[in-house]
Amino acid sequence: MDYFAQQLINGLVLGSIYGLIAIGYTMVYGIVGMINFAHGDIFMIGGFIALISFLVLVSLGLTAIPLILLIVLLVSMAITALYGWTIERIAYRPLRHSFRLAPMLSAIGMSFVLTNFSQVSQGARVKPVPPIITGGYTLHEGSQGFAVQLSNIQIMVVLATIVVLALFTWLVSRTRLGRDMRACEQDQTMAALLGVDVDRTISMTFVIGAALAAVAGMMYLLYYGLVDFFMGFVAGIKAFTAAVLGGIGSLPGAMLGGLAIGLIETFWSAYFSVEYKDVAAFSILIVVLIFMPTGLLGRPEVEKV
Amino acid sequence: MSGDHILTVDRLMMRFGGIVAVNELSFAAERRKITALIGPNGAGKTTVFNCITGFYRPSGGAIRLAHDDGRTIQLERLNDFRISKQAKVARTFQNIRLFPGMTALENLMVAQHNALMRASGLTVLGLLGLPSWREAERRAIDLARAWLDRVGLLDRADDAAGNLPYGDQRRLEIARAMCTEPALLCLDEPAAGLNARESGGLNELLLSIRNEQGTSILLIEHDMSVVMEISDHVVVMDYGVKIAEGTPQAVRDDPKVIAAYLGADEEEAIAVMESGT
Amino acid sequence: MSATSARPSHAAQPSGGAFILKKALISALVALVLFSLMIGVRTEAGPQGGLIYWTRFGDLAALVATVFGGSIIVELLRQWWGPIDKDSLVPKPVQSAMSFAGRWLAPALLVFAFLVPVIFYDQRYILDLSILVLTYVMLGWGLNVVVGLAGLLDLGYVAFYAVGAYSYALLATNFGLSFWVCLPLAGILAAFWGVLLGFPVLRLRGDYLAIVTLAFGEIIRLVIINWQSLTGGPNGVSGIPRPTMFGIPLDNSDSGLAARLGIEFSPTHRLVFLFYLILAMALLTNWVTIRLRRLPIGRAWEALREDEVACRALGINTTTTKLTAFATGAMFGGFAGAFFATRQGFISPESFTFQESALVLAIVVLGGMGSQLGVALSALTMIGGFELFRGFDQYRMLVFGIAMVLLMIWRPRGLIGHRAPTVFLERNQAISSDLVKEGHG
Ligand SMILES: Nc1ncnc2c1ncn2[C@@H]1O[C@H](COP(=O)(O)OP(=O)(O)O)[C@@H](O)[C@H]1O
Ligand SMILES: [Mg+2]
Repeated sequence: MDYFAQQLINGLVLGSIYGLIAIGYTMVYGIVGMINFAHGDIFMIGGFIALISFLVLVSLGLTAIPLILLIVLLVSMAITALYGWTIERIAYRPLRHSFRLAPMLSAIGMSFVLTNFSQVSQGARVKPVPPIITGGYTLHEGSQGFAVQLSNIQIMVVLATIVVLALFTWLVSRTRLGRDMRACEQDQTMAALLGVDVDRTISMTFVIGAALAAVAGMMYLLYYGLVDFFMGFVAGIKAFTAAVLGGIGSLPGAMLGGLAIGLIETFWSAYFSVEYKDVAAFSILIVVLIFMPTGLLGRPEVEKV
Repeated sequence: MSGDHILTVDRLMMRFGGIVAVNELSFAAERRKITALIGPNGAGKTTVFNCITGFYRPSGGAIRLAHDDGRTIQLERLNDFRISKQAKVARTFQNIRLFPGMTALENLMVAQHNALMRASGLTVLGLLGLPSWREAERRAIDLARAWLDRVGLLDRADDAAGNLPYGDQRRLEIARAMCTEPALLCLDEPAAGLNARESGGLNELLLSIRNEQGTSILLIEHDMSVVMEISDHVVVMDYGVKIAEGTPQAVRDDPKVIAAYLGADEEEAIAVMESGT
Repeated sequence: MSATSARPSHAAQPSGGAFILKKALISALVALVLFSLMIGVRTEAGPQGGLIYWTRFGDLAALVATVFGGSIIVELLRQWWGPIDKDSLVPKPVQSAMSFAGRWLAPALLVFAFLVPVIFYDQRYILDLSILVLTYVMLGWGLNVVVGLAGLLDLGYVAFYAVGAYSYALLATNFGLSFWVCLPLAGILAAFWGVLLGFPVLRLRGDYLAIVTLAFGEIIRLVIINWQSLTGGPNGVSGIPRPTMFGIPLDNSDSGLAARLGIEFSPTHRLVFLFYLILAMALLTNWVTIRLRRLPIGRAWEALREDEVACRALGINTTTTKLTAFATGAMFGGFAGAFFATRQGFISPESFTFQESALVLAIVVLGGMGSQLGVALSALTMIGGFELFRGFDQYRMLVFGIAMVLLMIWRPRGLIGHRAPTVFLERNQAISSDLVKEGHG
């Protein structure tokens, strides 16, 4: 039981990170209708920027950890958001009304660019950081010496996810920008006729998605204590899987899918085998899609003839 | 009205969530006759077609198809491609659905898929290029050529279907449906978007299909001149139910029908009345 | 990296010197922010395990200046050339000249391909590269059946390549079966896996199918990595037998080909043999695909890509049609995999990553979906171009990615922008790809 509780906590933390990345996939898919293959790498860039800004701040003599973390968060969100914006302008906007596969290939190309840009500029080796947030609570002392632990960093990841999600939900449901985004999702031509600046709305979608990925990147850095140039690929396809599992285009679905993938992975590693955790996640995706062809919360596709 | 019916629709129901698109609809279509299904927009005509041709599974009711050889097929039990393949019911679509990137000829070749598949020995004989396959392919091309000629598109045979003018696309879609050699041909608003001359040509085509091929036709149409001129029997729907049926003349003078059209669309009602005078 | 759009409407914007300068300044500013930390600061794991960093402001300044200058040049060129339009980029006469050349290009390429080992007999490197290019041509042609003809998006094609490679490697090393026995088996096994995957998932549409195929590709790779007792895990399978020329080995033993012919042994013999082997396999793939397109099954594939609903109304069983496309593509992938294994003599999971799938997909899309010649040309360009950067290993994938983005923007519908009809009455005229649909599945 204790072991189970511990895995549940670990799975939820991992799932939060996946969920944050998955939202970026789902948002772009909902509005532009393309799979943004470069999004996993945006997450990786977010992690790197968090790492570098942290190093710089520390060496500048700052010591108040909460202040440092806040600045790091804002800096990495801002710069990563600019990456999202730039990529949309360069690689996707010229292909907006073209053939469906062209933007997808362009996105795959962009993903290669980002991966290798970061490899070239920061080297191929894994970058470790010492634990920044330490300590935690022991929730339950088990009988065989096994204790259920809840670390401060885990609390922080979950709290940050909740805060970011709350902000994000507010943004989408209550603000002008959110309304424009929903309008573009329904019908871009109509939205444009009604005075919605479609270009700007799409740009903002990428900006917000990238900022959320940056939060995820920073959490990943703090939680696992390392970043490397290749982490975007694995996390990216997991998060993408999560978005599809939840029903691509659905924002709550993305979070749900993220949590599901996080839990599946953690429990599979805990009870079966670590090696096959990804196989389990992908297989469950396939099985779910066979029975629910548009994911857990996706709108069923009506075929008009 | 107890003639030789090829199609009998019996208390057909189709619900979408809360909407009842088709409600307890019953009618029959006579063999080797043209039956028209008319009614205002949103009456549920296309939905009836979709049920007949297997695109929707009806919520209730029965659809029976009686072939010339006495075989009876329950269409509501078949789905999807089997309706065309086994029951020999072909259809066209309200929004034309050709294969736009393929030539007119290729469109008609695709329509002969099942026959050609058999002739090509499920691809094996065809891959080897056996004479029997060559012969079958030649016959298929001849059939396609004949239909292109019938619909006046022989000179556009090698043009992409998507490049043809609208009226030509409508006729090509009918030719494509006929290439499946159907017993029942269902046409969803074939005259929509045609000019007067084209629509006159369409009348001739449909009459010749009925008379020469002996194909029974079920027709959804808005253009009253087409309906009045060529149909043998008319069924009128409104809000998913049948409100009248009979000969074109009888239906035309039915106050219920005029009211339904008036309620839905003034212009159409006037068209109905004018075509009666 | 100028932050501008290539849409024609933008060219109508103001175009004075001040405008260009402003645009360049904005681009430079964006670049400055983007690169500030990633280029300006270099991190590395220090000797004690901690993290150290040093600054590279010189590089940063140089890069930002390059963006500034580049932006000005791009903008000037754009104004000079006028709006970037697909038509003005490739003028009509040039297009018709290209289509004329296209008629001769394919036979010319074919003749050239046959002559490669003769011309480059002494250049091992070129022979090796040609074999690589042909392998990708074959993979591209295989995937073309699925993506280009049937319009099904397959992001995990490499899985079938892997199945083919491991089938041959394991059958040959464990049971001593020869290449010529294993080749058909590898194709059949790959096709079998194609059907196994395809059967449940082919009713998924569009991007759902894409992710499922991607997931399948990853599953196969992960299973290969982890099922160590069978596959050797990350270490791969080595000692895979080299192909024999119908039983005659191509080595310098007494029973080898050289000894039997009484000529001096040279390792190039094997290379030449491998070259003609893959050329024959690729041409077979091409021949079969061209034949299939003219058969009802191939027409049904293309019809499926154009309009699935209409296919069903015509009595076409869309499930089996999709399955046959999937299985056919998988089979060719399997053949190519077996060839890869015998050529390398060693395989490991590293050769079967998602990047490989993406590369083959890029070859197909860039070639012009459905066009056999286009696929061959784009394989030649991509793999050949990739080799040009051999010396700059680090930057290779970076440049490759940038090229992919630029090529897509330049020609979203691929190099060969038209479709050849499969049958005609009077005139065999190409169909513009603007009309051709791309499929939804
Ligand atoms: N797939 C569907 N889902 C929900 N409602 C549908 C669907 N198809 C048709 N309907 C509804 O059924 C009604 C009848 O539509 P339709 O059969 O297209 O009418 P008609 O062809 O007579 O103009 C309309 O209210 C339409 O909105
Ligand atoms: Mg209708």
